[in-house]
Amino acid sequence: MIAAIGGLRRPDGAAKLTGAADYAADTPVDGVTHAALVPATVATGRIAHIDTAAAVRAPGVLAVLTHTDMPRLKTIGSPPLGQSVLPLQDDTVRYEGQPVAMVLAETFEQARRGAELVRATYADVAVPRAFGDGESVTPRPGLISGNPAGRVGDVEAGLAAATTVVTATYTTPNRHHSPMEPSATVASWHGDQLTVHESTQWVFGTQMALAAAFDLPADHVRVVCPFIGGGFGCKGFVWPHTLLAAAAARVTGRPVKLVLTRAQMFTSCGHQPATTQTLTLGTDDDGRLTAVRHHSVNPTSTFDDYAENATGGTRWMYASPAIDVAVLVEHTSRQTPTPMRAPAEGLGMFALESAMDELAYALRMDPVELRLRNEPAVDPMTGQPFSSRPLPDCLRAAAQRFGWSGRPAEPRSMRDGDELVGWGMASVTMDTFRLPSSARVRLQADGRTIVEAGTQEIGTGLPGVLTTIAAQTLGVDPGSVEVHHGDTDLPETSGTFGSSATMGVGSAVAAAATELRDKLDALAGTGAYPRRLADAGLDSLDAEARWDPAERGEGRSIHTYGAIFVEVRVDPDLGLVRMPRCTATYAAGRIINPLTARSQMIGGIAWGYGQAMLEESILEPQLGRFLSKNMAGYLVPVCADIGDIDVSFIEDPDTDASPLGAKGIGELGAVGVSAAIANAVFHATGIRVRDLPISIERLLNPVWDAPTPTTRP
Amino acid sequence: MRFDEESEVTLRVNGEDHVIHLESRMTLLDALRDRLGLTGTKKGCDGGECGACTVHVGGRRVLACMTLAVSLADADIATIEGMAVDGGLGPIQRAFLDNDAFQCGYCTPGQVMSAAALIAEGHAGSAREIREWMSGNICRCAAYPQIVAAVAEAAGALGRTVNVTEPAP
Amino acid sequence: MKAFAYAKAPDLAAALAAIEDPGTSVIAGGTEMVNWLKEGIATPERLVDINGLPLDGIDARPEGLRLGALARMSDAAPVVAAEYPVLAESLLCAASPQLRNMASLGGNLLQRTRCPYFRAEVLLPCNKRAPGSGCAARHGETRTQAIFGWSDACVATHPSDFAVALAALDATVIIVGPRGERTVPVTGFYRLPGDDPTVETVLAPDELVTAIDVPAGPHTRASHYLKVRERASYEFAMVAVAAALAHDGGVVTDARLALGGVAARPWRLDRTEAALRGVSLDDTEALRAAVAASFAEARPLAGNAFKVKLAQRATLRALTTAGSRGMVAS
Repeated sequence: MIAAIGGLRRPDGAAKLTGAADYAADTPVDGVTHAALVPATVATGRIAHIDTAAAVRAPGVLAVLTHTDMPRLKTIGSPPLGQSVLPLQDDTVRYEGQPVAMVLAETFEQARRGAELVRATYADVAVPRAFGDGESVTPRPGLISGNPAGRVGDVEAGLAAATTVVTATYTTPNRHHSPMEPSATVASWHGDQLTVHESTQWVFGTQMALAAAFDLPADHVRVVCPFIGGGFGCKGFVWPHTLLAAAAARVTGRPVKLVLTRAQMFTSCGHQPATTQTLTLGTDDDGRLTAVRHHSVNPTSTFDDYAENATGGTRWMYASPAIDVAVLVEHTSRQTPTPMRAPAEGLGMFALESAMDELAYALRMDPVELRLRNEPAVDPMTGQPFSSRPLPDCLRAAAQRFGWSGRPAEPRSMRDGDELVGWGMASVTMDTFRLPSSARVRLQADGRTIVEAGTQEIGTGLPGVLTTIAAQTLGVDPGSVEVHHGDTDLPETSGTFGSSATMGVGSAVAAAATELRDKLDALAGTGAYPRRLADAGLDSLDAEARWDPAERGEGRSIHTYGAIFVEVRVDPDLGLVRMPRCTATYAAGRIINPLTARSQMIGGIAWGYGQAMLEESILEPQLGRFLSKNMAGYLVPVCADIGDIDVSFIEDPDTDASPLGAKGIGELGAVGVSAAIANAVFHATGIRVRDLPISIERLLNPVWDAPTPTTRP
Repeated sequence: MRFDEESEVTLRVNGEDHVIHLESRMTLLDALRDRLGLTGTKKGCDGGECGACTVHVGGRRVLACMTLAVSLADADIATIEGMAVDGGLGPIQRAFLDNDAFQCGYCTPGQVMSAAALIAEGHAGSAREIREWMSGNICRCAAYPQIVAAVAEAAGALGRTVNVTEPAP
Repeated sequence: MKAFAYAKAPDLAAALAAIEDPGTSVIAGGTEMVNWLKEGIATPERLVDINGLPLDGIDARPEGLRLGALARMSDAAPVVAAEYPVLAESLLCAASPQLRNMASLGGNLLQRTRCPYFRAEVLLPCNKRAPGSGCAARHGETRTQAIFGWSDACVATHPSDFAVALAALDATVIIVGPRGERTVPVTGFYRLPGDDPTVETVLAPDELVTAIDVPAGPHTRASHYLKVRERASYEFAMVAVAAALAHDGGVVTDARLALGGVAARPWRLDRTEAALRGVSLDDTEALRAAVAASFAEARPLAGNAFKVKLAQRATLRALTTAGSRGMVAS
């Protein structure tokens, strides 16, 4: 089946399949010093004393740094920093897991042991501030993506006019990105030149932050990152460990390698904050929306306002004369949250699409029909025309592929042996973040074409996408194209986040290749370009171009869309849910590489499955810590969880988004899945789960008859 | 019987002997990566929870992060660096490439090592069986359906029969 | 990880001599011990590696199984699959293929709880890790904790699947030490926490598990291990049930049931077993009543009352499945 899918095999595939691809921690460095962090064990307070004596005496330990002897760093603010507080600069403890000391030693084992021997004591330790204890406030600007509040029309009047109103509160839990590769930094100084091998989604953001921290011109900092072992948002910004490793290298005068432990990954590079979302939908008798209200509140740290823009998609999803969206935050004892695949719509569409399903049942209307009836002609909030809006096509195509028309409407109407069977669906949307990037393309007389861009490969298959674009533009064989990437010495690109890389870097490569083609065409002679170069006595010719999204799309409402249909099987006695099959159809601009695009969507759907069924990081209220900082306690899907996934795309080139017609796909697949699954669980069982994940007890509770909990044996 | 905090150990990796002086507390994973420069084997969790460090010891797939290097004197250790055939991709690696069975690539060496063992164990009889027996290797990019397809294809190429029409979980 | 000295034991006597010193710990498969070393749960001065000892036999005899303590989970499972399906299933639904290739059967029994407070990367209030430090789980996150046999000092459960199946089959553990060899039933191998949750089994620090004996009987084929967990694989049990039955034309003559994930030891359902005798496997109401008989003494915590319900339903399901196997077999 897969052989039938067109598209270039990954050019970096052989390196990844043989272990030759170098990730940050694989960087060979002579004389490297190993660093290990000592995390705070309280969530709020002050460092009273740090006893480093035993650590300093331990074999192999070279130095122990604390806030008393750590070099003072300068801040550039966030972003590019993930949070505004810099590490080891003062004695305040703001979250559990915050670094309070760093041990440097000759070997990894010695550094880890040294870190165990550091004893910190704390004063002014207060009860951690938990989500739900405090006040919800309007977020201050900074880490907000999108406008936190917006209103059009009169929602109260719309609700008063409605004949059917659904209102419900939905919650999503704290989650952790949990990429397979823990964050890692290898830093070395040569005079006042700093070189950092970093696991980052944004080499230039890392360069910016390090240059600011050490008060250097940007060109004194080189950041290298050809490959990242997954990031999903937690490597999008710059976090304390990167600054600490660079500072330690300066203090010791030796290269320093700092690899976070898996436990530290839970407190060092952000997390997806829980959300509590309230949705109210009103319709007339025909199921046409008269009012939409979507409010969300999420916890953030005490020192930064990270607002999870969960209500974003509700702004443009359905036609309604009145829409009211708002995001509030609550200050709690935790690290600053950060975007996680899929941010914003990934959370908000669980609430909106669950509520739409509830509304469909209230109206006794097919949920696909309800969505089609509320298809807007223009962006309902801004009145702007859509650059492209093939949502109805996605709904119809996916419904047909799934076989939706045979679905009995009533819950609990399908059964197979011990299992209840349910079908559910959801619409999908994701905002389109367009970011500027540059690239250089060089054609050589030896026949090779070299594409150069600073961007890092995170698994999306960008080298293959850029190869395809360059080869198509220049009319050369893809096998003759090499992509050089992952280095701030190469042309500047944006981060690999916000589903933006194909648009940004791809458009830059297309522009550079086009310019190069024009230069080549201007050469005398005929025949293939390498021949013409040789005839002109040139070894190579290149062109560099920058693409800026401001050049197009102004005044357009630009987004990606899709529809997802799932079948679940629920064991009602045991409260277990499995998803044997899923069908999803997407409209996401021009698909450059169908092979890797399909993989991205499958991965996104599996992420949505994890969100729906497994993932939850419990923030222990008494201790103010994420309780299970390991991959046995924080569960992500394994191979056995994921059934058959049918992915298709609708042809949807969108030149308002980018000259390639391409849009972003990296996060789209993770949107809507949890709602489709929850809706299918309702269809199977008649139980509406509004709180993720859909755990065993949520499906057992409604028929509860256990003994009352006791407090004494 | 003598207890040693440090010792000289011969590690036979991909058929080649390496004599290294190591601390008893060093795991096979850190020995491979930090001492032998064989960084193809990855550290994902360092706690037996992800499978990224899967290698073969004595022909069996095991986790290098849960193995003390000192205990492997004279054992046969195979890592991803030894999986190439005639300098190119082996049949399992080829199937992973053709089926796009990886994305970021970080878990991939472990997936390949696990897949090779799974096929040799005779656990590639059906898609369902492959799913279960590949579940010790977490892929956060979640290339799971492609991994199942790649393992089935590789098993077929290696002369194993696979029933791919079996229902999903 | 603290540094330690390491040696391979050349023979059993040397291993036993080594562990007479309380600073010496044993390593076998390593899948638990290496984690304990990394997390500081174990901080031995010396580690004696017993993997070379000839304790890895897997012998199926007419009177029952003798499973060497150093046999690996993945090697034992296929040998016992036909006659003792509950054992094979308990082995194959545990951990991952890689871990099962490493983990020894003896080590499996000696796993320690997965309680997140106990397993934390730093020391939290936990009477198992630091006696007297309290039990943060008692009034904390209790979803995965015990519903039977807990104390205010500790609410943790034992994580082994295999031990639950062994308990249901009335297996015994062979132990050797300086005082010679002794035999302990698996059901008596584990201690409930009481006031001292640091002592989890009756195994003395200077003793080694050498083998496990599983008696044969008409019930072993009609057996089943049901593991309930949210992730489809590679997860510890929320609740698990080992069931083994003998029956005559569908009427139960002998039932053995043990639960996992509910207490600090595999939890035998004695009352249910007694109540099942003479009950027809077709009589769902009678089966339910028999199952419920063991749950009157359940004491759920604030966050895990659902496990009482879940465990009963899982027990009923496991009974039915085990019973159907018996009928197919005969």
